[in-house]
Order: sequence, then structure tokens, then C-alpha cells
Amino acid sequence: MSQSYNRGLIEDFGRWKEFSAGMWAWIFHKFTGWVLIGYLFTHIAVLSTSIGGAQGETTMVDGEAVNVYTATLQGLESLFLIRLLEIGLLAVAVFHILNGLRLLMVDLGIGLDSQDKSFYASLVLTGAITVASVPTFLTGVSI
Amino acid sequence: MSTQQAEPESQEAPKDPEMQGAESPAAETQEGDGAVDQTSTDASELDGETVHIKVFRYDPEVEGKQEPRFDDFHVPFEKGMTVLDAVMYARDEYDSSLTFRHSCRQAVCGSDAFFVNGKQRLGCKTQIADLEAPVRIEPLPHQEVVKDLVVDMDHFYDQMHTVEPYFQDEDTPAVDDLEEQRQSPENREKIKMSSRCIWCGACMSSCNIAAGDNEYLGPAAINKAYKFAMDDRESEEIKEHRLRILEQEHGVWRCQTQFSCTEVCPKDIPLTEHIQELKREAVKKNLKFW
Repeated sequence: MSQSYNRGLIEDFGRWKEFSAGMWAWIFHKFTGWVLIGYLFTHIAVLSTSIGGAQGETTMVDGEAVNVYTATLQGLESLFLIRLLEIGLLAVAVFHILNGLRLLMVDLGIGLDSQDKSFYASLVLTGAITVASVPTFLTGVSI
Repeated sequence: MSTQQAEPESQEAPKDPEMQGAESPAAETQEGDGAVDQTSTDASELDGETVHIKVFRYDPEVEGKQEPRFDDFHVPFEKGMTVLDAVMYARDEYDSSLTFRHSCRQAVCGSDAFFVNGKQRLGCKTQIADLEAPVRIEPLPHQEVVKDLVVDMDHFYDQMHTVEPYFQDEDTPAVDDLEEQRQSPENREKIKMSSRCIWCGACMSSCNIAAGDNEYLGPAAINKAYKFAMDDRESEEIKEHRLRILEQEHGVWRCQTQFSCTEVCPKDIPLTEHIQELKREAVKKNLKFW
């Protein structure tokens, strides 16, 4: 064999429409996992303002001195974008948890024949919980 | 099989003189009556007389064929026709240079695994009537193409041999003192499905973990190891030896339970289930309570 043809990664990714349920579950699980890791860092960054808050550090909000931790939280929560991101975060976390449980069952050899159905069920449940959470997350937000 | 309408077309690359020669009778028909519909994608083509197949072509040794492309063939359709029948007809009647592997035609030898309409399938087992036209036939993904539909299987075979796919028993009696080595019906039942592997490589080709990790043993090799590791006739020491091979970094733990291998296996082997069971065996072996 003097030469051969390697179709490469680009051609592989070009086949995304042919991915199976199990493969989509894998992709979504990895994606949501990375999003949750990213969120943890921003969460720690926000929490770190409590150190200043505990030491009595304040910041001016509408001409009033407010504890820096409270001001940070209130400032973030008043943003529409943050509320939307929180809904997204909930969706990501719920899917990751449900699919994690699905994977646990797979690891234990339970329900292997219906692995695709359990993936679809995870998606549907995630969607339902996310939609149900919208009123709660968007209450009192100023756009 | 009678020819009622059969015209090859080629797209995405100019035909070389040799190829035109091979196709000349049909080419004349094409030019003569202009009956070929190059853009036809209608599944109802089957109701007519022909089936439209698009076959991946690549030949590194012929000038002008080194650029991968798809050739179109319109093959006379007959009830019960398989994908293998269609490509064989195309080779025999239109282009003798069309290259692919096949052997037994009974879904037993595993030679003719192709990527048909976006899924790894055995050509001889796949009915044309079950597929949407045009039927797109490509070599197995994630393996280098040697020519047309022929892929390089060396790495696949290497991985299969890594797991020592043969029966071993330290207690096997001497040749002149051989005894029947009996297996319980229950044990036979347990390894029955795993013993159906025909080494076609469809599972390995569908696994994108194997595609990204060249050292990963892959579903076929792990399934083969499962067949022996779960066989009661091998000693405990041999089973431990097998598990040591399987529990290494690029062994069973690389499986990400995508179920792609299980879905494409032409012999319906529950590959993912076997891999998961071996994971549990590996954990059990290493669990120590003290």
C-alpha cells in the first residue's frame, strides 16, 4: 500500500446528523459538565465578595452605602441577562443530573435496551422543569 | 438479472480515458436518449426499474482518481437485492475497477462492512428496498481508505490480537490424555452472543472514542476478551490475566457508553453491555476490604 486516504476530523464532524441518541447524550453530558465547571468559577468569584462584606466593606448604590456582598448579589439579580443565564444554568444542571443517573443505571447494567428512551426522557424532563422555572426566575426583574 | 435501464454517471471528477472505455456502452445510452436524471433523489425510483447508488471512489495509483469522489450507478432493481448485489452489478457491468471486499454473502465472514446511508452495515445483509434512494455507499469511517470501498484493517486486527483471542488453560491435559472440556449450558448461554463476532469492524468504525484514541482496544476486541474471560473452562489465573489486559488505561475504561457499536453490530451483539460488565468485573477484582 503506497498511499491511502484519511478522511480526517472535519469529515467526521460533518456527519453530526447521523449521530445516534447515545452519542448526543455523550456530547450533551460533556458540554453540560464543562458549563457547570465554568459556572463554579464564577460562583466562587461572586462568593469571594463576602470576604469584603464580612469586614464591613461597602459600596455606593444610589447614593447609599451598601454592604459589598449584598450589593453584588442585588446588582447581578437585577439584570435580565443574569436571570436568563440562571434559567440556562438550571437546564444544564438538571440535564447533567438526569443523564448522570441514566449513566449510573447503564454502569450497573440496568435498562441498557432502553438507553435511548431514557436519554429522550432526560431531555423532556429537563425541558419541563426549565419551562416551569421561568416564572420564578423572572419575577421582579427589571429589564 | 436483466438490464432494463442502466447508466453510470460520474460526478465531482473528470473521467479518465480508461474509465470512459469501461463505461462506453452505457455512456452512449446516456448521450443518446438523455434519460439519466442526475439529481433524482426520489425513493420511488425503486418502484421503477433501477436503484440509484452513489459509490465512494478513490484510487491512489491512477492519475485523475486520487481525488476522492462519488460515482453514480443506476442498477436494475430486483426483489431481495442487497447492497452487495448492487455494487457487484455495478462492478461487473459498468466499471471493473470498482473495488470492495466480499466473500460469503451470508453475513458470516464480515468482509463487506460498508458505510451505507450514514450507518455501518454489512452489504450482504442490507436490503436495498429498506434504504432511501439514492443509496450512498462509502468505506467504513475512521479507517484509512486503500482503494474505493476497501479500508486498511491492520489496526483493527492488531487490537483484536492484543486480547489474546484464543482459549487458554494451564490445566489442559497432555495431547495423548485429552479429555472433553465441558461447558455448562448456563455458561454457554452467557457467552453465546459474544461468540457471534465476525470481525467486520463495523463497531470499531462507529466508535468515536476509538477514532480519537488509537490505543483504545475498541468494542470488538473487548467483546472477544469477554467471550474468553466469562468462559468457565479457563482458570481463574487466566481470567485475571485477561482482566489485567482489559482494565488498563486504554481498555474498558475508555468506553463512554455511546452505544454506537451496539446499534451498528450486524450480529446484534450487546457490545456496550459486555464492556460494562467487564468494568464491573475489574472493579470487583480490585476491591479490597481490610
